[in-house]
Amino acid sequence: MLTKADPRGVLEGDFFLDGDHAACEGALAAGCRFVAGYPITPSTEVVERIAARFPTVGGRFIQMEDEIASSIAILGAVWAGRKAMTVTSGPGFSLMMEHIGLAAITETPCVFINVQRGGPSTGLPTLPAQADMMQVRWGSHGDYEIIALCPYSPQECFDLTIQAFNLSEQYRVPVFLMMDECVGHMTEKVTIPPADQIEIYPRRLTQKKPGEFLLFQAGKDLVPEMVRAGEGYKIHITGLTHDERGYPAMTPPMQASLVRRIVDKIQLNEPAIRCVEESDIEDAEVVVISYGITSRVAERALEMARADGIKVGNLRLVVVWPFPSERVQQIAEKIKGFVMPELNLGQVVHELTSSVEGRCAVRSVLHAGGTVHDPQEIYEAIVEVAR
Amino acid sequence: MNDPLACEISQEAEVLNPTLDFIRRDRMPHIWCPGCGIGTTVNCFVEGLKQSNANLDKTVIVSGIGCTGRVAGYVNMDSFHTTHGRAIPFATGLKLGNPDLNVIVYSGDGDLFSIGGNHFIHAARRNIDVLVICINNFNYAMTGGQVAATTPTGAIATTTPYGSMEQPFNTCHLAESCGAVFVARWTAYHVRQLVRTMKDALNRRGFRYIEIITPCPTLYSRRNKLGTALDAMKYYKEHSKTRNGVDPRTADMEYQGEIIVGKFIDRSDRPIIPDIIDERLSEALGPRYVQPESE
Repeated sequence: MLTKADPRGVLEGDFFLDGDHAACEGALAAGCRFVAGYPITPSTEVVERIAARFPTVGGRFIQMEDEIASSIAILGAVWAGRKAMTVTSGPGFSLMMEHIGLAAITETPCVFINVQRGGPSTGLPTLPAQADMMQVRWGSHGDYEIIALCPYSPQECFDLTIQAFNLSEQYRVPVFLMMDECVGHMTEKVTIPPADQIEIYPRRLTQKKPGEFLLFQAGKDLVPEMVRAGEGYKIHITGLTHDERGYPAMTPPMQASLVRRIVDKIQLNEPAIRCVEESDIEDAEVVVISYGITSRVAERALEMARADGIKVGNLRLVVVWPFPSERVQQIAEKIKGFVMPELNLGQVVHELTSSVEGRCAVRSVLHAGGTVHDPQEIYEAIVEVAR
Repeated sequence: MNDPLACEISQEAEVLNPTLDFIRRDRMPHIWCPGCGIGTTVNCFVEGLKQSNANLDKTVIVSGIGCTGRVAGYVNMDSFHTTHGRAIPFATGLKLGNPDLNVIVYSGDGDLFSIGGNHFIHAARRNIDVLVICINNFNYAMTGGQVAATTPTGAIATTTPYGSMEQPFNTCHLAESCGAVFVARWTAYHVRQLVRTMKDALNRRGFRYIEIITPCPTLYSRRNKLGTALDAMKYYKEHSKTRNGVDPRTADMEYQGEIIVGKFIDRSDRPIIPDIIDERLSEALGPRYVQPESE
C-alpha cells in the first residue's frame, strides 16, 4: 500500500532550519502540492517558504483573502486530486472551524498546521502557548474525530508533517500539526532523508468504474475509497448528512450511522494511530505526561527528580488526539500519579483525568503561556506526587 | 434506490423533458416551492451547457447554502454542496487543483453577496477562471424570508417587518467594478436570452457573472403582496428593459421598479488565473519552473 516519496519534493541533506521551514519541507516531501494560506504570526514562514519552493516542485500556492477561504480552498484542491494543506495560528484557526467540520463529514483528507500562540483573541502573537488543544479536538460543531500531532523539535516538524499527510490519506480525516511558537521559531539540525526512505500513504482512489461505485461505502476499516472530480463519476459531495451515494439523507438512522462511522473510524483505530514515546515507565512511581515544547522542558525536571532518586517515567504524546486512554490506564494501575505540564490553564489534562478514572493521582502543572515552564515547577510537582 | 425522497418519473416525462439526462432523477422531487424560479434557471443552464463546447465529465458545479445551494444536488454532474458563502473559495481550490476542470458556482444572492461577499470580490479581482451564476430572489428564502444585501429598499422581510431601510447591492456593478470579464443580468422570464447567455459565458474564460432575477412567491412576493409567481413573470415581462452593453452602474434596481437586463460586459483584456501563474513563474524561474502534473 505504501509508496515512496516523489524525489522532486525531497530536499535531501542536513540543514539548519527552524520548525516552520522544516514543516514546509515535510509537506513537500509528503507530496503536498496545493497550499492556501493567509499571513499570521507565528506561522507565516511556512507559507513564505512554500511560495518560494512550490513552483520548483509542481505545487500551487495561493494567498487567499482570509483563513475561511484558505480552509475551504484546500478542500476544493483535494477533490481536484491534490494533497493539500493550510497553515495558521490562533485567530486564523478560530476562523477555520466550520471547514474542519466540512472536511470531517465529507471525509476529505487534508492537513492543517497551527503554530500556537497565546490567546484568547489576539493574545500573544509572537509568544508560545499550547492553548488550542481542546479547540482542535472540539472546535467545529457536531460530533466528529480528528487526529492531532505535536512536534517538539524542527526535525519532528519535518517528520510529523509527513506523518500527518499519511494519516489524513489513510483515514480520510483532517489531521492537525499542532506546533507552537517555540518549536516554530527554534532552529536546529534537520535531516531530510532521501526520497526512497520516505514512505507515503497514497490517496485511496477506487478501482471501481462509474456506476459500480458508491461514494461513501466504507470498507472494513470504516474508510471509503475516493475519486477525483472530472473523471466521469458524477459525484455529489455535501456537508448535509448523506447516504452511501453521497445524497442528502436527513433522517435519524442515517445521522446515527454516518456520524457513528466517522467517529469510530478514528476511535476504533486508536491503537494503530497511537504514537507515544516512553521511557522508564516500568518501575516508575510518577510519570510525567506532556506534548510538544513542554516535553523538552519536562526533560530537565525529570533529570532533577532522578538525581533525587525519584523513580519517574516519561510519556510523551506525539499523537495527542485520539488520546491514548488505554495505554494511560495501563500505566495508571502501577503508579502513584501522573504529572501533566501544559502551556495552558488545563486542557488535555481533562482527558487524562477521565481516562485515569481515579486509578492514580493526576497533578496538573499549568501555565498561561508567553514562555515555557520553569522546570522547577514540574520538578516540584513530581516530588509532591512521589511523596 | 431506497432513498425515501426518490419517486417514480413517468415514461412520458422521460420522453418530454430534454433536461432529464442532466438531472439526478433519483433525487426528485426537488425541494423548491411551486412557482419558484430556480428550476427554470437550471433548465436554461442545462440547455446552454448542451449548446456550449463544455466537456460534461470535466464540468463541476459548486453551490453554497440556501435554496439555490440545492442545485448542486440535482444536476447529474460532479457537484459540491459546500458551506454557506464559501462556494467561490472551494471553486478556486478546485480550479487551481486541476485547471482542466470547467468550474461553475451556482448559488443565491444571500450566499454570494452577504456571507460570501469577500470571496466574490477577490475572485473577480483575481479573474479566476470560474463562472458564477447568482439566483437573486431578493431575500433569504431557505430560512423563511429574511432581508438580504439585495433586498430592494422598502421591501418587507421577516427581519424588516417595517420595510428594508438599507441600500441593496447592484451585484452586476459590483462584479464589473471588481474586474469580472463577463457580466449579464436576466430574469426567469427571459429563458431564451438566458440560454444564449449561459452558452456564451460557458464558452468564455475568466471570472464570469450572470445574475438572474427569480420569483419567490412563497416568501418575497407573499409578504410584499405582489401576487403569484405568474404575476412576477408578468411584472418581469412588462418592466424589464434590455440594454446590452450598458454600464452596469446605471442598472440599479429599485423596489418594483424597472429591471435593466442584458449582457453588460464581455471583454478579454485581463490576465486569467491560473494562466497568468504559469506565465509569470515560467518567466521568473525559467527551466527551474515545474508545472503541476495534470490529474
